[in-house]
Amino acid sequence: MKAIAANTRKNAKILSGISFLILITLWCILTYGGFVTPIFVPSPSAVFGKISEGIRDGSLLRNCWASTRRVMVGWLLSAVIALPCGMFMARSKRFTAVLQPVIEFVRYLPVVALVPLTILYLGIGETQKYTVIWLGTFFQLVLMVCDTVSSVDKNMLNAARTLGANKWQVYKEVIFPASLPGLLDDFRLTIGWAWTYLVVAEMVAASEGLGYIILKSQRFLATDVIFMGLILIGLIGLLTDFLLRLLSKILVPWYKRLGD
Amino acid sequence: MEKLRVEHLSKIFPSAAGDVLAVKDVSFSVEEGEFVVIVGTSGCGKTSLLNMIGGLEPATEGRITVAGKEVTGPGEDRGMVFQGYSLFPWLTVQKNVEFGLKMRGIPPQVRAETAGKFIELVGLKGFENSLPDQLSGGMKQRTAIARTLANSPEILLMDEPFGALDAQTRIVMQELLASVVQETGSTVLFITHDIDEAILLGTRIIVMSRRPGTIRKIVPVSLSCARDHTALTSPEFLAIKKEIMDLLWKEQTL
Repeated sequence: MKAIAANTRKNAKILSGISFLILITLWCILTYGGFVTPIFVPSPSAVFGKISEGIRDGSLLRNCWASTRRVMVGWLLSAVIALPCGMFMARSKRFTAVLQPVIEFVRYLPVVALVPLTILYLGIGETQKYTVIWLGTFFQLVLMVCDTVSSVDKNMLNAARTLGANKWQVYKEVIFPASLPGLLDDFRLTIGWAWTYLVVAEMVAASEGLGYIILKSQRFLATDVIFMGLILIGLIGLLTDFLLRLLSKILVPWYKRLGD
Repeated sequence: MEKLRVEHLSKIFPSAAGDVLAVKDVSFSVEEGEFVVIVGTSGCGKTSLLNMIGGLEPATEGRITVAGKEVTGPGEDRGMVFQGYSLFPWLTVQKNVEFGLKMRGIPPQVRAETAGKFIELVGLKGFENSLPDQLSGGMKQRTAIARTLANSPEILLMDEPFGALDAQTRIVMQELLASVVQETGSTVLFITHDIDEAILLGTRIIVMSRRPGTIRKIVPVSLSCARDHTALTSPEFLAIKKEIMDLLWKEQTL
């Protein structure tokens, strides 16, 4: 059984490798084969040239770090507030009645349209950039946390209460650990969204960051730099995803997923 | 000593199509060390009745007292065992059984010792470090029983605890429960729709009628033979079974 499971996992890894290889091969054929002009799709060597240039002059690391920091701070702020809000919403009708309509309303507002207001209220410093990412993720995350917590088996809560757990203990010892696998999934998804709001956050008065260099390259039609930025965002995304999955394995080893 | 007293208990579920009277004017009491079984067809309000006693649902009318104290909500004096086990999947068997003791602030060493004792009592020694996911249905229910007993409740409330088990496992579990209860001297209120199970385990059987759930009759059980699977075919057993079946059957044809 164990051997079979290990084999399936290995096969899955090979398949993932193949799917990336196909993508890169297609890219090579399209560009080196001369099917598209470099202005539309730059060749891999042009893009990797830009990457190695960035590594050498240190700008790549600086830009990656600036963006990662913005995404992390903005997203962490939403997670820290969304977690208790969502948990209370799931358990209290009154709390939900107060918060839900406002959250549902704001959730549908396009973040891009809020940018002028964030500049007006917060200026053009880092706070404004954190806020844009916070706006993009918080309202979604609260509702996701609320949903995840609501789906905790009610019988488990009843069991805890008849075993003498008080309200706080029910939260800490049952609701939180029971919803942790779902919460980690919610976190993984919203970090992804935080990255998609990065370009919006770096639209205004940024001097570094991956979103910023993409926006700047647009002016010069520097497609190779745009590709570099996109690839780096994708890679950082993959890495975060990997780390969060690893965290899932460590924190909730008891949780079995369909297909595990 | 009286462990549980239920007086004129009623439960109405309000609904759009009109109020539903689920439990109507139910009164009974359970003495210390008694094993009382409530039998009734599905939908007779027996689960509502147990949930009210457990404090998980408010009663519409009436009064419930456990060891002289009025019930206002759930508490550790009434340990409940559910059909769906309701174990905590992230905790090992040991930690599941320790749960109630931990909630009550019992020191870790005492907790571990007490839990170990009850794990052994239900025959799960050697599985302390297993997760619920790795156990069979019968073993899960053993864990749930140990978890409830470890908390030393005044009364054990069991809601069709063996309903999800296959026939063989169910008989094994019934015999196990009978011996565990004898060992610990626990007071039990047990719900089932299985008449055999009721006679095998109960010292008294409360037969309920359906909608609105009321007590039709309370039948005392005194078997001279051993309470195990051999009792199922004894004449005394069959006589009681006939009486209960008649009570339930009459109502089906009404």
